Amino acid sequence: MQGKKSWLEGQIFMTISLLLLAFLIGACGNESGSSKYDKKKLPDLVDFNFHIKPILSDRCFACHGPDANAREGDLRLDTEEGAFAAIGENKDRFPIVPGDLKSSQVHYRITSDDPEEKMPPPESNLSLTDYEIKLIDKWIEQGAEWKKHWSFIPLKEPDLPVVEQEDWVRNPIDNFVLSRLEKEGLKPTGEATKETLIRRASLDITGLPPTLEEVDAFVEDTSPNAYEKLVDRLLDSPAYGERMAMEWMDVARYADSHGYQDDVERVMWPWRDWVIKAFNKNLPFDDFIEWQIAGDLLENPTTEQILATAFNRNHMITQEGGIIEEEYRVEYVADRTNTTGKAFLGLTLECARCHEHKYDPISQKDYYQLFAFYNNVPERGLAPYQGVPDPKITLTKEEVSDIVSFVDEQPIELMVMSEMDEPRDCFVLVRGGYENHGEKVEASAPKAILEFADDLPKNRIGLVKWLTDEKNPLTTRVLVNRYWQLYFGTGIVSTPEDFGNQGALPSHPELLDWLAWEFIKSGWDLKALHKLIVTSATYRQSSQVDDELYEYDPQNILLARGPRHRLSAEMLRDYALSVSGLLVDRLGGPSVKPYQPEGLWAEKIGGGGGSLVRYKQSEGEGLYRKSLYTFWKRTVPPPSMMTFDASERNVCTVKRQSTSTPLQALVLLNDPQYTEASRVLAERVVKEGGNSIEDKIQYAFRTTTARYANEDELAILKEVFDREYQGFNEDKESAEQLLLIGEHIFDNKLDPAETAAYTVVVNTIFNLSETITKG
Amino acid sequence: MCEIEDLQYNMNRRHFFSKASLGLGSVALASMLNPTKSAAKALSSFSATSEGLSNGVLRSPHHLPKAKRIIYLFQSGGPSQLDLFDYKPVLEKRRGEDLPASVRMGQRLTGMTSGQASFPLASSIFKFDQFGDSGAWMSSLLPYTSQIADDICVVKSMYTEAINHDPAITFFQTGHQQAGRPSIGSWLSYGLGSDNENLPNFSVLLSRGTGRPQGQPLYSRLWGNGFLHSLHQGVQFRSGKDPVLYLNNPSGINPQNRRAMLNNLAELNEMYLKEVGDPEITTRIAQYEMAYRMQTSVPEAMDISNEPDWVFKMYGPDSAVPGTYAANCILARRLAERDVKFIQLYHMGWDQHENLPNQISGQARDTDQASAALIKDLKQRGLLEDTLVIWGGEFGRTNYSQGTLTETNYGRDHHPRCFSIWMAGGGVKPGISYGETDDFGYNIVKDPVHVHDFQATLLHLLGIDHERLTFKHQGRRYRLTDVSGKVVNDLIA
Repeated sequence: MQGKKSWLEGQIFMTISLLLLAFLIGACGNESGSSKYDKKKLPDLVDFNFHIKPILSDRCFACHGPDANAREGDLRLDTEEGAFAAIGENKDRFPIVPGDLKSSQVHYRITSDDPEEKMPPPESNLSLTDYEIKLIDKWIEQGAEWKKHWSFIPLKEPDLPVVEQEDWVRNPIDNFVLSRLEKEGLKPTGEATKETLIRRASLDITGLPPTLEEVDAFVEDTSPNAYEKLVDRLLDSPAYGERMAMEWMDVARYADSHGYQDDVERVMWPWRDWVIKAFNKNLPFDDFIEWQIAGDLLENPTTEQILATAFNRNHMITQEGGIIEEEYRVEYVADRTNTTGKAFLGLTLECARCHEHKYDPISQKDYYQLFAFYNNVPERGLAPYQGVPDPKITLTKEEVSDIVSFVDEQPIELMVMSEMDEPRDCFVLVRGGYENHGEKVEASAPKAILEFADDLPKNRIGLVKWLTDEKNPLTTRVLVNRYWQLYFGTGIVSTPEDFGNQGALPSHPELLDWLAWEFIKSGWDLKALHKLIVTSATYRQSSQVDDELYEYDPQNILLARGPRHRLSAEMLRDYALSVSGLLVDRLGGPSVKPYQPEGLWAEKIGGGGGSLVRYKQSEGEGLYRKSLYTFWKRTVPPPSMMTFDASERNVCTVKRQSTSTPLQALVLLNDPQYTEASRVLAERVVKEGGNSIEDKIQYAFRTTTARYANEDELAILKEVFDREYQGFNEDKESAEQLLLIGEHIFDNKLDPAETAAYTVVVNTIFNLSETITKG
Repeated sequence: MCEIEDLQYNMNRRHFFSKASLGLGSVALASMLNPTKSAAKALSSFSATSEGLSNGVLRSPHHLPKAKRIIYLFQSGGPSQLDLFDYKPVLEKRRGEDLPASVRMGQRLTGMTSGQASFPLASSIFKFDQFGDSGAWMSSLLPYTSQIADDICVVKSMYTEAINHDPAITFFQTGHQQAGRPSIGSWLSYGLGSDNENLPNFSVLLSRGTGRPQGQPLYSRLWGNGFLHSLHQGVQFRSGKDPVLYLNNPSGINPQNRRAMLNNLAELNEMYLKEVGDPEITTRIAQYEMAYRMQTSVPEAMDISNEPDWVFKMYGPDSAVPGTYAANCILARRLAERDVKFIQLYHMGWDQHENLPNQISGQARDTDQASAALIKDLKQRGLLEDTLVIWGGEFGRTNYSQGTLTETNYGRDHHPRCFSIWMAGGGVKPGISYGETDDFGYNIVKDPVHVHDFQATLLHLLGIDHERLTFKHQGRRYRLTDVSGKVVNDLIA
């Protein structure tokens, strides 16, 4: 079958050692290795894409790559032509001579001891390891076969690999994963418990933990399709749209303020509500992209389609007095261009804003041709302090009440895209300077990815047709990879923002292609993609890991176990709200302002700031909405969310960090939001948790973790309860202080000492590694 | 060679895992009872995921460092060099005349003054004099700083690329005008690690100027970690109940019981670790211990009530008022004593577009005495030699008046092409003035220092080669100085 052969050349990929792969794809990316790799066995057949190009790109392309201005010695190694062409004054030397090491300048230079000759030169602070040198040598000896960059090769449907342990396979995803495991001599881990499964799937698909009733119902449902029914229910729940919107808001750099300097308020939440609705409706994803990029240019666009284009007005805008408007207008256009690169193409296009791309075949002209699509918005560089910057739309209740929650029934204005009748002249901006006009360019797309067809309109409609063309090798690979990342914490390509030469290689290239292929075949059906992933045996594995497997594959690249990672900032807070019963589960509406330490906005404001000078905490429901509705002021984002690695929303973000820090402990232990949620769940524990202390603790534990605590755990938590109960009995005043934290009124019919003691027990459970992790 | 990978390699998975499965949690428990630095270090080394954390990615500096820590007194808004340090008699002679086109040379102006009909040259109304053996020029706005003239190095030839506050301050703090890159303090934390396991490595203190209380805002992204691990983000220290956000136990929680609860939590997490085998749980246990230690160490560092009276006298009357610049200077010294790597102060209000004489007097009063006191205080405690202190803003101000120039009043617009900062201690040559501007104070004529040069020099003093402290992100190796920057060797003692 062509697809597989064309860029894997049979089973080469399967024969490279795990260590090498972990090294290539691991946290260190393509960094050069240390001595531990030097003793490693060389692969039998050296592959250009998987072995050689990552080294060339990382260590050589900066001076011998696409950027002609930075090119040294008239040598380029990023193209087949350049790598084999004669160099030097007499045209008598060749960088690479297939099969002939001695005549290859590359070999000579990388093995030279002479600092004048050695490559990379010492002053570059780059070097090659012995292993890498041997790899390159072996590749040359084997004939130096050149290949196109993997992600630029058009999609083809890959064959399903044959596996031995066929009974493990639930859907084709498992064929790909298992065949790899079998080649490594590994076995998949057994299926996770039902409690774990429902918790994992609920968190992944809806962003919320399951309720006790949901856990019980699922555990008791012994029908063969119980899990599938669960998945269908979750995908059908309105919370699904909110969960997906959380991720998309990072991609779309959504915020409720302009972001620069005085950072005044903006109204963009109707767009956010549209996103939630679009996900819930399962709008085909190519339409989802089309409406956001070019909804205003569709024939007789609906208000909804125009609203969707607010996507490209979510970027930061300045109202700082004295700015030079063109400088910022250019910045906005560049932001849209960069976002297109990162969100849909998985490329670092912004590198080509000031010069030719150093690693990928994107010229500066390519950049400004893409830029030209976004350059014709009738907008200004300077935003007013009050009012909505042009172009904008007025939404009335009559038109979009099924999407937007209107307050006071008033029409709402917000920024959207529109196109000038006459496009602005567009130029290459020399060194990226806003006033340095170079060559004049017309809208087009990088041909190295896919030729921009002549019959496409040279506007955003044309751009979106190019992006969603089945022949575009990047868009669907990038999208399915990101949704894979949602479930497994790491994408099949671990650098979702970079599918270029400097990005990581796919751990399961055929699986990635198969998913992208299926996605297109399904009509860009996102819910179908989700279902495929979560019903795979791969996803359903337990995440437990023994020493041996952990040592072999610490990052779970091979997927011999289930996913495991810390919950996101939003999910952690929503978790506490949900299990305590405080969550106000209502879709959409203006952003809200939950608890935040006093003075954080006021201490940083200057002379402007308008409505955002002081943080006016919400009252009532606003304290308990899901975190995606939390008001996002860019210059002072919500601190407890930033502590858990939320994106700043300044630029398009496709992957967050997942860190562990002391400040995180302080938030979970001391933030009133969590203290209040602990107390409110404690009230339920006292009222509904049964008669004995053990029953009550078990109730709190199960409500939070979806499983029963074992005897040892119960004993420790009982120790917590006994100690706290005694303490609060002796010091009732302290109990009352604790119970009064938060706006939710304490049920004073309950025993304060007992409830306060359970508050501490619940908070202990909230702080468990298990609770804050999706395991 | 890849330091990051080396670090991972040194962790030696086998060793790591055997320890973890034997129950690292018990190490955590031991450290709770006896929180020594070594125990904490032992634990923190396990928190390395893909980067060096507590120990720093460099493990050892590139060369012998002259400074161990930095106190950066950032004067936000753009202090007027022409009214503080850069004395220009020609401006006095030609006061009121239009800025000659031969001096401006068509360079861009901000939108605030580009439409002005004329650009009347405005000399400072403040009297200048020379001070110390070095004969440094300073105005009457700086009666205290002038007393430390021989301890500081005034750089008069700083220049930047940005012309507006947001991009200019972001440029100074992160090396790039657009938001998203790590701040200087984050880079240092990432590179060098921490010398104090109980305090945030990068601490931030804010104060508001009285000269222009409604001036330019600040943004928390200025002390953000960008793409580095969030352990390297600046932690804001605040006056008031919670010196670090969420530091205090909730009301009603008994501290002894909290300690016991944390022990129970660690036990539970350890049991879970045994079951599921994910070493990330070990890291989490250690982070709770660090959080606990911070609950003691942060208030201790922030409590200035035991400082003797002479200290408050030295730093000035404001210094007893929490949240003022002067109080923050005392805190900065206390944090330096506790080996915090990067102590960043921001003082707002230096944006004098109008009413400059009145406003800048207030700003100078806020900062002059305390800044000088900090230098003297560090010096007498033997800390100045390895503490680099920096005083300066994001750009300078124009030599012409924004708005009407009168005998007693004028304003100044932003001026990126030259401005002054000063540095002291930490291997910087004391008692020198570096660089020169032209007679009009508009362009640099000698020894220009670009923001990236300044940053390269700062890293150099800390033992870091600015070209070699990099982080690979989105396919590219990023560094504080982006793609330029030269160490200014003339500034180094």
